[in-house]
Amino acid sequence: MKTDVLKVERAEVDEDRRTIERAVQSEYKYGFVSDLETDEAPKGLNEDTIRFISGKKNEPQWMLDWRLRAYQLWLKMEEPLWANVKFEPIDYQDIIYYSAPKQKISLNSLDEIDPELRRTFEKLGISLDEQKRLSGVAVDAVIDSVSIATTYKEQLAELGIIFCSMSEAIQEHPALVQKYLGSVVPVTDNYYAALNSAVFSDGSFVFIPKDVRCPMELSTYFRINAENTGQFERTLIVCEDKSYVSYLEGCTAPMRDENQLHAAVVELVALDNAEIKYSTVQNWYPGDKEGKGGIYNFVTKRGICKGINSKISWTQVETGSAITWKYPSVILKGDNSIGEFYSVAVTNNHQQADTGTKMMHIGKNTRSRIVSKGISAGFSNNSYRGLVHIGKTALNARNFSQCDSLLLGDKCGAHTFPYIEVKNQSAMVEHEATTSKIGEDQIFYCNQRGINTETAVALIINGFAREVMSQLPMEFAVEAQKLLAISLEGSVG
Amino acid sequence: MLLTKDRKLKSKINTMNTIENIKEQYQQLQSANGSSALTSIEQKAFTAFSNMGIPTVKHEEWKYTRISSLFNKDFQFAPGRLASSFSKSDFDALHLPGFENANEIVFVNGVYNEALSLIRSAAISVITLEEASKNEHSTIVSTHLGHSSQYNKDGIHALNTAFVKEGIFLHVAKGKVTEHPVYIYHVTDARVSNILSQPRTLVYVGEAAQVQLVETFITLGNSESFTNQVMEVVVEQDAVVENYIIQNDAAHSHHVTTTHFRQIGKSVVHTVTITLNGGIVRNNLDMVMEADRCEANLFGLYFLKGTTHVDNHTIVDNVNPNCLSNELYKGIINDQGTAVFNGKIYVRQKAQKTNAFQSNKNILLSDHATVNTKPQLEIFADDVKCSHGCTVGQLDEEGLFYLRSRGISFDKARSLLIHAFAKDVLEHIKPVAIRAYVEQLICERLELN
Repeated sequence: MKTDVLKVERAEVDEDRRTIERAVQSEYKYGFVSDLETDEAPKGLNEDTIRFISGKKNEPQWMLDWRLRAYQLWLKMEEPLWANVKFEPIDYQDIIYYSAPKQKISLNSLDEIDPELRRTFEKLGISLDEQKRLSGVAVDAVIDSVSIATTYKEQLAELGIIFCSMSEAIQEHPALVQKYLGSVVPVTDNYYAALNSAVFSDGSFVFIPKDVRCPMELSTYFRINAENTGQFERTLIVCEDKSYVSYLEGCTAPMRDENQLHAAVVELVALDNAEIKYSTVQNWYPGDKEGKGGIYNFVTKRGICKGINSKISWTQVETGSAITWKYPSVILKGDNSIGEFYSVAVTNNHQQADTGTKMMHIGKNTRSRIVSKGISAGFSNNSYRGLVHIGKTALNARNFSQCDSLLLGDKCGAHTFPYIEVKNQSAMVEHEATTSKIGEDQIFYCNQRGINTETAVALIINGFAREVMSQLPMEFAVEAQKLLAISLEGSVG
Repeated sequence: MLLTKDRKLKSKINTMNTIENIKEQYQQLQSANGSSALTSIEQKAFTAFSNMGIPTVKHEEWKYTRISSLFNKDFQFAPGRLASSFSKSDFDALHLPGFENANEIVFVNGVYNEALSLIRSAAISVITLEEASKNEHSTIVSTHLGHSSQYNKDGIHALNTAFVKEGIFLHVAKGKVTEHPVYIYHVTDARVSNILSQPRTLVYVGEAAQVQLVETFITLGNSESFTNQVMEVVVEQDAVVENYIIQNDAAHSHHVTTTHFRQIGKSVVHTVTITLNGGIVRNNLDMVMEADRCEANLFGLYFLKGTTHVDNHTIVDNVNPNCLSNELYKGIINDQGTAVFNGKIYVRQKAQKTNAFQSNKNILLSDHATVNTKPQLEIFADDVKCSHGCTVGQLDEEGLFYLRSRGISFDKARSLLIHAFAKDVLEHIKPVAIRAYVEQLICERLELN
């Protein structure tokens, strides 16, 4: 009699587990390839490749010198091996470092965009001109190595805001670029940053002048399209005194069997009283169910709160990429500055994520807050790796970190590597972390109220990630919620 | 070739005197002793040591603790043959409270001293590892000796294992509750020169046996000492083991201690590590739970002054289901002290229904004090409850104000609060005499009496 009851219970548990497993099965919806004519650099990396890229963009000599110096330094560096990820070594000579959809002249209006290209963006759900009319978000679209279009430029220019592609900025605002490029992430920072410095092809440049509050969200959409290419974009955002900007970034790539490399660098500079809010929804192709293909996302993101009372906030929703290696950081140099990091990282199938943040407290009364939520499913591994450093000069520094992991299934892994270094007695540092699964009691509670298991799982996951999701700007929050739903298909009702 | 984080970070082998001396000693001992059951363990470890060298700060597990510079100094190392004038009367001054009622095991310069040791309990027997590897315990020795090297992959650990023959085997008989605790003294006689000592112990706690172990470290003289100690404890079904480490050595004494528990049957292990003084102190504590329903409690307290550097590395490895572990390490850091804490919890895929809790709390009392803490979780099973937390902060201002408003001086109020902070750990020391002794040491430090 008793064994029967146990059997029934066991069956129910198994059923729940199966539902969870079903709920986390997903298909990648952005895996199509657009048939665009492209202009490519020959495969491989040497000084000529760099000269080719620089020449294509008609860059001034200083920029070329900067790239070549980075290349020389890169040659002497070693790939970092400390991350909790495993992959076959990358053959850096087997990558095309520059690929651009063929387009003759610079465009005057969006109507001139190649219709195939435009269809690509419509498929991605970012119809460039519709977006322009409706949502009030300025978009910079980057395909493979170049920026295709930037919307809302004129309106922003009236306020003195510069929002353009990096190539354009190098041509038109060389003084600003020279001053800030590499000031937050130096060329020698790490292996991938050095590589990026040598071969970066495009990216966005944002400059918000003094006392200006950017009236709309600025957004860049990245898309890898061509085969065998790597994407190396470079983004630089500078906020002068008392200015504010909210910047969004999204990315997708086609389904391919081979791994493609994405090594971007993002630098943020916030001067006195400035605030930068940087949100990412990362949805590169994660590879298929067997872990074949997918993007290697090796990104260096760092911001510096240079001025007093400045604030930098990173929000990220990481659902894609075969491997993620990404630590958006904040250097809290100005007194009273604030750094924030909100992250949801979802890994499924054979994905691997090693992500987190660094908060470097240097100024007095600096504060930082870290909220990281990891969800692992399938055979994936999800690591949080963070550093909170309170220097000798950082009087009354304050940090709170929280990293929670949710495991869906018994073949995935969750890891936490928080480093805390304190050299000042006035510091207050707190760190807490938990790991859990979706409780049978939670599901039972929902079932009892007429909510089926699938919806219940969705509800619970949504609730788990809510704290981070609520940090996203409205326009993105919807997309991010959808993404979470796609990544863990069927889970969001 | 896979790129893994585990790829060994080879550190350069220092070509300093001490290292040369060690190598020479090794060669001499090997040729003098002839081969025995332990020779292959020693040889393997010595090769590992030669390949890895002394860990530098590039080794992830030694990121914050610099011991390689110690080897630039000239340490005397001669296992088994180093003359020491350490006598019975010297030892009489060093007893821990409650010794009248305890089994005492004495190591002098890393070598077991039978004459000074005293075993009162019938359930306990102490022989050298060399002997144990030849008699009826040989299977225990061959199965368990050196297991800790899987968890401590570095040169300093291999160095100890390369001289394993000098170690002892402590056997606690099946079904016996030892009423007398076992006090283990690691005496380093540095009255004449700098001394490197390497005590090694393998403890086997038989089925349903119970034992309390208390370890302490004592350096005599003004020269520097470096103790590189390894103790492996095998815990059988239904056994209960308590282990207390009291480190209140001189500021010129350095320690690397590795305590490795292997719970091969459903059992309970309870440890408390107290560090009050020393030079560079590194404590590795491994808890490998290989059976179902194991329980482990790990407590630690470090109260630092001067330039003492303390590094506590703990590993709780849950291999099988239904285990419970509780970990609490607290630290008070004054002067130029540095504290490092790294707590790892592994939950393997099979280890469903694991409950593992970890907490590390630190108070900084000076502007030159440093804390580096890294509570680390690695989880591969989904039906588990794991949490970790760590804090770094100061004494509660409101608490201080409350006491001061009642006419208690600032210093006294501070001492009272620190004492209360430490109490959480102290109350887990079960032998009354030892608890009173540690409390006394802390009260003296705080000038509370």
